[in-house]
Amino acid sequence: MGIVEAILLTVITAATPLVLAALGELVTERAGVLNLGVEGMMIMGAVLAFAATQATGSPYLGILAGIGGGALFSLLFGFLTLTLVANQVATGLALTILGLGISGQIGEAYVGMSGTKLPQIAIPLLSDIPYLGPLLFRQDLIFYISIALVIGVNWFLFRSRAGLKIRAIGDNHASAHALGIGVIRTRYLAVMFGGACAGLAGAQLSLVYTPQWVENMSAGRGWIALALVVFASWRPWRVLAGGYLFGAVSISQLHAQALGLGIPSQFLSALPYAATVVVLVLISHNRRTTLINTPASLGKPFVPDR
Amino acid sequence: MRIELEKRPRASAFYAVLSPFIALLLTVIAGGVMFFLLGKDPIAALYSFFVEPLLDVWSLHEIAIKAAPLILIGVGLSVCYRSNNWNIGAEGQFIMGAIAGAIVPVVFHEWHSPLVLPLMLVFGMIGGALYAAIPAFLKANMNTNEILSSLMLVYIAQLFLDWMVRGPWRSPDAYNFPVTRDFAPEAVLPEILASGRTNLGFVFALAAAVLLWFMMRYTLKGFEVTVLGQSERAGRFAGFSSRRMIWFSMLLSGALAGLAGISEVSGNIGKLQPIISPGYGFTAIIVAFLGRLNPLGIILAGLFLALTYVGGEAVQLTLSVSDKVTRVFQGLLLFFVLSCDTLILYRIRLVFPGAAVPAAQQGAE
Amino acid sequence: MSVAGASAGSPLLAVRNLTKLFGTFAACNGIDLDVQPGEIHALLGENGAGKSTLVKMLFGVLAPTAGEVLWQGAPVSIASPGAARRLGIGMVFQHFSLFEALTVAENIALSLDGTIPLARVAERASELSHAYGLPLDPKAHVADLSVGERQRIEIVRALLQNPQLIILDEPTSVLTPQEADRLFETLFKLRAEGRSVLYISHRLEEVQRICDRATVLRHGKVTGACDPKRETAASLARMMVGADVPHVSAAGTSAKGEVLLEARHLSVPARTPFAVALKNVCLKVHAGEVLAIAGVAGNGQGELFDALSGEYPTAEPDAVHIRQRPVGTRGITARRLLGAGFVPEERHGHAAVTGMSLSDNLVLARNQSDRQAFLGGGVLGIIKSTAVRMAARRISEAMDVRKSGEDPPAGSLSGGNLQKFIVGRELDRQPSVLVVNQPTWGVDAGAASRIRQALVDLAKSGSAVLVISQDLDEIFEVATEIAVISEGRLSDIYPAGELSREKIGLLMGGLYGRAEPMTEAAHAH
Repeated sequence: MGIVEAILLTVITAATPLVLAALGELVTERAGVLNLGVEGMMIMGAVLAFAATQATGSPYLGILAGIGGGALFSLLFGFLTLTLVANQVATGLALTILGLGISGQIGEAYVGMSGTKLPQIAIPLLSDIPYLGPLLFRQDLIFYISIALVIGVNWFLFRSRAGLKIRAIGDNHASAHALGIGVIRTRYLAVMFGGACAGLAGAQLSLVYTPQWVENMSAGRGWIALALVVFASWRPWRVLAGGYLFGAVSISQLHAQALGLGIPSQFLSALPYAATVVVLVLISHNRRTTLINTPASLGKPFVPDR
Repeated sequence: MRIELEKRPRASAFYAVLSPFIALLLTVIAGGVMFFLLGKDPIAALYSFFVEPLLDVWSLHEIAIKAAPLILIGVGLSVCYRSNNWNIGAEGQFIMGAIAGAIVPVVFHEWHSPLVLPLMLVFGMIGGALYAAIPAFLKANMNTNEILSSLMLVYIAQLFLDWMVRGPWRSPDAYNFPVTRDFAPEAVLPEILASGRTNLGFVFALAAAVLLWFMMRYTLKGFEVTVLGQSERAGRFAGFSSRRMIWFSMLLSGALAGLAGISEVSGNIGKLQPIISPGYGFTAIIVAFLGRLNPLGIILAGLFLALTYVGGEAVQLTLSVSDKVTRVFQGLLLFFVLSCDTLILYRIRLVFPGAAVPAAQQGAE
Repeated sequence: MSVAGASAGSPLLAVRNLTKLFGTFAACNGIDLDVQPGEIHALLGENGAGKSTLVKMLFGVLAPTAGEVLWQGAPVSIASPGAARRLGIGMVFQHFSLFEALTVAENIALSLDGTIPLARVAERASELSHAYGLPLDPKAHVADLSVGERQRIEIVRALLQNPQLIILDEPTSVLTPQEADRLFETLFKLRAEGRSVLYISHRLEEVQRICDRATVLRHGKVTGACDPKRETAASLARMMVGADVPHVSAAGTSAKGEVLLEARHLSVPARTPFAVALKNVCLKVHAGEVLAIAGVAGNGQGELFDALSGEYPTAEPDAVHIRQRPVGTRGITARRLLGAGFVPEERHGHAAVTGMSLSDNLVLARNQSDRQAFLGGGVLGIIKSTAVRMAARRISEAMDVRKSGEDPPAGSLSGGNLQKFIVGRELDRQPSVLVVNQPTWGVDAGAASRIRQALVDLAKSGSAVLVISQDLDEIFEVATEIAVISEGRLSDIYPAGELSREKIGLLMGGLYGRAEPMTEAAHAH
């Protein structure tokens, strides 16, 4: 395998958690809910996946633990913002702070422990295609899920009746309620889907990206995923593209450090964060397009009158 | 069983006062459960976490030292949040304030003058304000979400500080340790009490809280903050500018975070090092909400969260529980505060399936 | 629906003792109502009488506190809109339940219960819309459609269910007279097919014209059931309001004074994708005159208000003049300091902050114009709360604002009382120019007549008053001059006596009274 493939492989590995987390948040936001707790749900997924893998020896059970943990953790957010109509921004921050705290507490026992890497699954025939084969068809399960989810979510949102309902709720929850669509119930499901995806993204971090537990190992990826949703103007395919773009940026800084260009490593490490700000500025400075794309009821509280 | 909310005709003043205390109680109960799950005696653990630090002079001073930055940052954030500007990058503004303030004692370390300290404080405020000006500019002029931009800038500030203390500002006499030279005595914030280490930073915090309380309570500027936070459109009708409010609130909170940063390194640490804050900028968000975004309430909330830091260190020593429990406590507290705030605007009723009339009612005055 | 062939004479829908409590407040109190098959039944009542609450219960959006609903003679419980649709009840909401970001076909599909594939919905929708003379493009996005077209979506959506009963909530409040006539033809067609229509309105004239029977509500109770064609407008009004509503004595007696408010070739590009651009608007309001601007919602009324008030200043200083001074680029505060007052359309979150007290809401509008009286402490700008409270009390007394407590939050007042306060807040300053957008929207008859009289009296005392309104009755009551706004263009200004409803209707439909402006005039300044 040549150097180009090696680099592309690392880009894929860096991009997958971003794509997953952003995709989940995209569905949540399409339903009109702004969950800023992606970072917290992600880190919970990471620690639970790692712990479950250590306990059972199976990284697949670890994945399940990550997904389930993320979804359950997001229920906390759902209960506060949907049932108790708490402020979504503040509650999202609370979820992040709590997730970082609990994961640190749980993960204390696992610090420094070497983990189990999720095995690669080679797809027969396809994996023998030169260049593309090793890159796309000799990957781990989470990568395959991430691609399937992009296709699935795109189909779901724009072709299925349930997806239509989600978009309708995100556009105008009062009208949706008047038509008899279960706004709160649908939003709970959308929030949990977002949590499950973030949890899976976290599992990728502790089982694939760096198969061990490090405190705060999500390192702001949850926030970058939030920016990605804006970047993608709430469209699944653009999440995929944006995720790989950000993956490339974060990998390029690692390679630049390895090359020793004389640029201080801290500056290179800051690159993904600076890139996020720059991209956000480029995307959002046109107020008109932002206004058209943003789900109209995003972040607004809803209390059904019964 | 289903939970239903019924909007109160007007906000309940009773629950506005009570809700933070209900939240505290729930946090303590949840904390007891957590200690129990960790295999510790919950009563003893809670005692050593919440009560013991209040019983000796040394820890009381520690609480004041940790409360000072929390209150300073928290009152600034309260103005931001009241005006609907979600600055969550106070941690970065704290760090940049510390770096800007440290220019004087680190770069001009041979200059000795009584002006050193005032200059440091002014530089600290300017540094914090300038760093907050980035998300303010991006929001006011480029329509960029301030939550994400201010947060990304935290990571960048942390890396910048790391580079400064390992690179250009590393002390020549520190044997390659990543620290700057120690601040000279005239660059150190003086202590205010004979009994312990509490420094002038605590006074700054109280003064800032009282001033901002006065502004919010009595002046047109405070009124402007509240109106724009509740309805931008009504604010425009009143002749207020939401763009100017972005600048005002972000620069104010940035300057206060910067002041907190330079006060912390000058009064408490005495030099710059890679980590200068145990997450004060984020904990101050909890402080702001626990204080119900009221500057006087924030004084109490800041003292309480400072207690969770000191209590966390205490249980680490006495019960060998990790000090990570502090973070869990803080997260839980914010959750309970936000939940209990629902009681102010709504009556909560539990509806059981099949029952047409509410079977249980809570929060009826 | 096995009882479809119920015995002749049994009503399609019967409501017995239906009650809805919100806390302790009875929005509907023991309502009885019968709707026969094949009739257009009016539900009359003024704002806040409980009409909307009643129909929301019939459509399953709200759950009744007590009482019973009989459908074709059998008791039913309507737990959700889906259940209502399955029974055969269709609903056209007053504030449409549409989704701007979705297409017409998607909007329609959302109210169907999942049996028809999405692709077929578009076909069925265009078939039906042609059959009933309601042309629609299924692929269009709702955001791009006019109010009339939006209502067609709602109607087609209801018809797709093949309902026995169609409920229409204030359907003509957003239509031109001509569009309303077309709607009535559709309703007659439905009646001829044996369907029933429950027609909710507070407009007596159209109820008398199209309805077979009427049930009148007041304060959540039934106050009468009658054949509207046998009643007079006055007798219906008495049932609705409970007393005679004082007539507004019109202005038009005073002589014209100097021009106090003027727009000169005011053009403003659309600020958001959903806004309307103003195109070359010219108007003059003299002292002593009420200029009323008619028009269907969404034709640039809000944008005109923003430009005249200075909430969004224009690029050209000359575009707006207040008391002969060019103020186009100045903000709302500068315009207030010249003696102008403003009342926007939306009460909650624009004219008033719902969660703030009335006295705070007084400071909202007058913090600079009454700086001397309300602020102290020099640059500190300390609010003199005693002075503000006294002024708020004075305004409440002058306008008869009914409230609970001394200084309650604005949100706790009824629409009419809050509007009286908001209008009174400006009148209290004796403004020489007053611009009001939809002065009595959603306000009960008593408050509406009081507000209209106050506007007329202000003009009589020598001020210039500009009223933007969708309500033609209101326009004829207050106006000395009338113009019509359509798609961001303003017609010529006519003396009120020279315009008929039909003429206004034609102008609303976009038949401009004004030829394109002369090129010389456009270049003159």
